[in-house]
Amino acid sequence: MVEMELLFKISVLVLTLLPTAALLVWLERRLLGFWQERYGPNRVGPFGILQSLADLIKILFKHDWIPPFADKPLFVLAPLIGALAVMMSFVVVPLSPGWMISDSHIGLLFFLAMTSLAVYAVLLAGWSSNNKYALLGGMRAAAQTICYEVFMGIALLGVVILAGSFRLSDIVEAQQEWWFVIPQFVGFAIFMIAGIAESHRLPFDLPEAETELTGGFHTEYSGIKFALFFLGEYLGIMLISMMTTTLFLGGWLGPWLPPLVWFLLKTFVLICFFILLRASLPRPRYDQLLAFGWKWMLPLALVNLLVTAALKLSGGT
Amino acid sequence: MWSQLVTIWRVFVHLFDKKDTVQYPEQKPYLAPRYRGRIVLTRDPDGDERCVACNLCAVACPVDCIALQKTEDEDGRWRPAFFRINFSRCIMCGLCEEACPTYAIQLTPDVEMCEYERKNLVYEKEHLTIDGQGKYPGYSFYRKAGIAIKGKAKGEADQEKPPVDVRSLLP
Repeated sequence: MVEMELLFKISVLVLTLLPTAALLVWLERRLLGFWQERYGPNRVGPFGILQSLADLIKILFKHDWIPPFADKPLFVLAPLIGALAVMMSFVVVPLSPGWMISDSHIGLLFFLAMTSLAVYAVLLAGWSSNNKYALLGGMRAAAQTICYEVFMGIALLGVVILAGSFRLSDIVEAQQEWWFVIPQFVGFAIFMIAGIAESHRLPFDLPEAETELTGGFHTEYSGIKFALFFLGEYLGIMLISMMTTTLFLGGWLGPWLPPLVWFLLKTFVLICFFILLRASLPRPRYDQLLAFGWKWMLPLALVNLLVTAALKLSGGT
Repeated sequence: MWSQLVTIWRVFVHLFDKKDTVQYPEQKPYLAPRYRGRIVLTRDPDGDERCVACNLCAVACPVDCIALQKTEDEDGRWRPAFFRINFSRCIMCGLCEEACPTYAIQLTPDVEMCEYERKNLVYEKEHLTIDGQGKYPGYSFYRKAGIAIKGKAKGEADQEKPPVDVRSLLP
């Protein structure tokens, strides 16, 4: 019976995640519109909410074309890895005390591992497309991920030190008194920046960089495979927002409202913030991105870790 | 770093600004009376066609979208036998309006003339002609011009002097 419950939870999660990702596309276009003093898609359905559905129907009917020069198996595999690796990470996200699919004692590590796996999608897509733009995008994704993965992990170690556990529900429970965003503000900022880079969101979307690379790693993709990449990207935003909520913003903790509502509310605000970043910040040059990562973020994360550990050992926070 | 935070804040504040978008089909933008839209053929104050089939509009048209054929009535008036504008070619430049010596052809602020069939964009004279006088009320070519038609000899038009007798020495 435990298995049945688990199966039920998984299917509910999947069946909510996919439409939510589609809804995010609409939300993003709507918000971008508002921030650019226009309306965004507002025709299909109430407030244009069915826009993504219309787009989906259209994209399903597109010719699913594989370029003759592409490496076919990898070309097909790449978008699947992208979407699946991100969706796997949702397994460990604790939505509320009663809603955890896997409350693993290494939940945080599992999340880090899965986000690292997601880069294979981009990498393989870039490689198998056999196209110079796609290859450049893939290479950028690889370098960017190596760089930002490192201090993403280090930034999270501060949280782990404070909570004393890799288990995500323990980390949330440890934030009863303070949300970790207060004692770990540097870690929070670094994790957010790394998260944006991980999910290839706009200030750091150099693997795609449509102005320079004509779409980057997914240049050659169309139809449903492109949709899978898109899905992966938006699931990535959701994942990073959920993880930031869990690790730094107290997860489901909050007064009056039920835990799940708190969790979703915080996640929603973070997602909107991601979209705001996209609306406001320009894309850095590629060497600037890497220099920023290696020369600023990594030392900062290390110092943060060191200070946190020292304070913990000396019996402070 | 600080400037980027300011940027983020300023972009966020745009959320509360008035939108620039004009919600077109529901909310029509104002088009000036002299806007260059759909072409019409107007009538003179007597309700007669103004067009005298001089072909100047067809000559002026840079995309050759105007076609017409002249006929002559028994009373001496010229008028088009057919007058055809192919709006799928028309670029709404207004040169025909400028060329027209009788204010017959005029451009209107109407721009909504989409069709599903391209052939439906070819307008004939009965589609083009309107009942009114358009932008120049009160003007009638045959009353102003010195051309002789039945019922109006030379020198009988508005403000027209009688023709000079070239064989006379008197001024």
